[in-house]
Amino acid sequence: MQNDEIITKINSLLINEIEIDADQISPEADLKRDLGIDSLDFVDLFVIIESNFGFKMKAEEMAGVKTLEDFYNYIIHRVNPN
Amino acid sequence: MNNRVVITGMGIYSVIGKNLEEVCDSLQKGRSGIILDQSRKEMGFRSGLTGMVDRPQLKGVLDRRMRVGMPVQGEYAYLATLEALKVANLDQDYLDRNEVGILYGNDSSAVPVVESVDILREKKDSMMIGSGYIFQSMNSTVSMNLSVIFRLKGINFTISGACASGSHALGIGYLLIKQGLQEMIICGGAQEINPEATASFDALNAFSVRESEPQKASRPFDRDRDGLVPSGGAATLILESLESATRRGATILGEVIGYGFSSNGEHISLPNVDGPRRAMAKAILDAGIPAGEIDYVNAHATSTPAGDGNEAKAIDLLFGEYKTPVSSTKSMTGHEMWMGGASEVVYSMLMMRNDFIAPNINFENPDDSTRCLNIIRETKPAIINTFLSNSFGFGGTNSALVVKKFQL
Repeated sequence: MQNDEIITKINSLLINEIEIDADQISPEADLKRDLGIDSLDFVDLFVIIESNFGFKMKAEEMAGVKTLEDFYNYIIHRVNPN
Repeated sequence: MNNRVVITGMGIYSVIGKNLEEVCDSLQKGRSGIILDQSRKEMGFRSGLTGMVDRPQLKGVLDRRMRVGMPVQGEYAYLATLEALKVANLDQDYLDRNEVGILYGNDSSAVPVVESVDILREKKDSMMIGSGYIFQSMNSTVSMNLSVIFRLKGINFTISGACASGSHALGIGYLLIKQGLQEMIICGGAQEINPEATASFDALNAFSVRESEPQKASRPFDRDRDGLVPSGGAATLILESLESATRRGATILGEVIGYGFSSNGEHISLPNVDGPRRAMAKAILDAGIPAGEIDYVNAHATSTPAGDGNEAKAIDLLFGEYKTPVSSTKSMTGHEMWMGGASEVVYSMLMMRNDFIAPNINFENPDDSTRCLNIIRETKPAIINTFLSNSFGFGGTNSALVVKKFQL
């Protein structure tokens, strides 16, 4: 999967599954402060990512993920490790 | 302290109507909400009969976080509570500025338990269960969710008393307000409708198998009754002190004047006569009125051979000399279980406010135990000033409430 396809898919999942307003989506948006993703939403993101990308996120790997761009990069790295 | 406790709001989401107006119309017309659910037969149910109502669609009404932890009975309860708050003329600003509590009857939440364990078994990883199931699966799910949605700051818990849960919730709410410990409490009862919740109940041979005539299957007190029909929904009543209602200029719909409770101390599922009799007698004593002043008894009667017969004997012991009118609205709704104690107060309130007694449909012939009662077969115009509502449950828990038209 190409990187831009991954980003488009993540955005779609955030809008449709986590119900984040589309106009709030931007790479620099802080996941917690700007998008309002709380600890319970992260639990649901684990499930959503597994069912859509086929891998399980690890909580310890998420420690440095603050912005949406961080999140894109994390998913891209897991989908395309090379 | 001995506060008077009044009802200033009520709301309902039921198999005979999704709001007070629809339900009142059904009660007046003797309309049944019972269907045959073929999917239950395919699953292996002995009886596929059930009450049925559409699942509420709350997307766009409540945000995702509020929806994701709420099971179906919580959705019913949310809509019933919205209606009750509207009737009581209470807005979010009032709830934010005052200590309002919630006591809701609920005694199961089967689907989220089943689904979350199914996910675990399939995925072998609890992280794949997601965030919502824990809040959906606890018995306290309704009070938990509604207290957050409405930002309530008073007492907050669930009453689990089997099929008397909703009635006990009202009774305990009444006692707390009477004693001055709370000014206002959102009380009610909720019951999920799904095969997961009722399969093990079906296993007891307790459900009617009159599947050829679903709307004639629930026939409380009738000679040919052959079991109950499971059902569900939610009902909410706003209880508050008279002082609080007067202060905010609320319209008072009725007054709770008596609550009686008891335990049979015998069998886990077989009802008896003495436990219900004692609950009713205590409610009447608490109300401080003679039994003859009660104009209508809304019976618990679920359409089981043993339960209806014993309740008939208990009612006869207290009301026999007055030939007090009796009906079981479960003849139309089926057995709303955890919800029934609250919904049947709403049904009786609608009768009291609209001057009629709803019929005990399908009552065609009495048997030896039910012959003694004055059972209302067809809708009857009647002035009800005071009614008594019975609710009994597994384990022998009994509750009776007495409600009166409000007079200063």
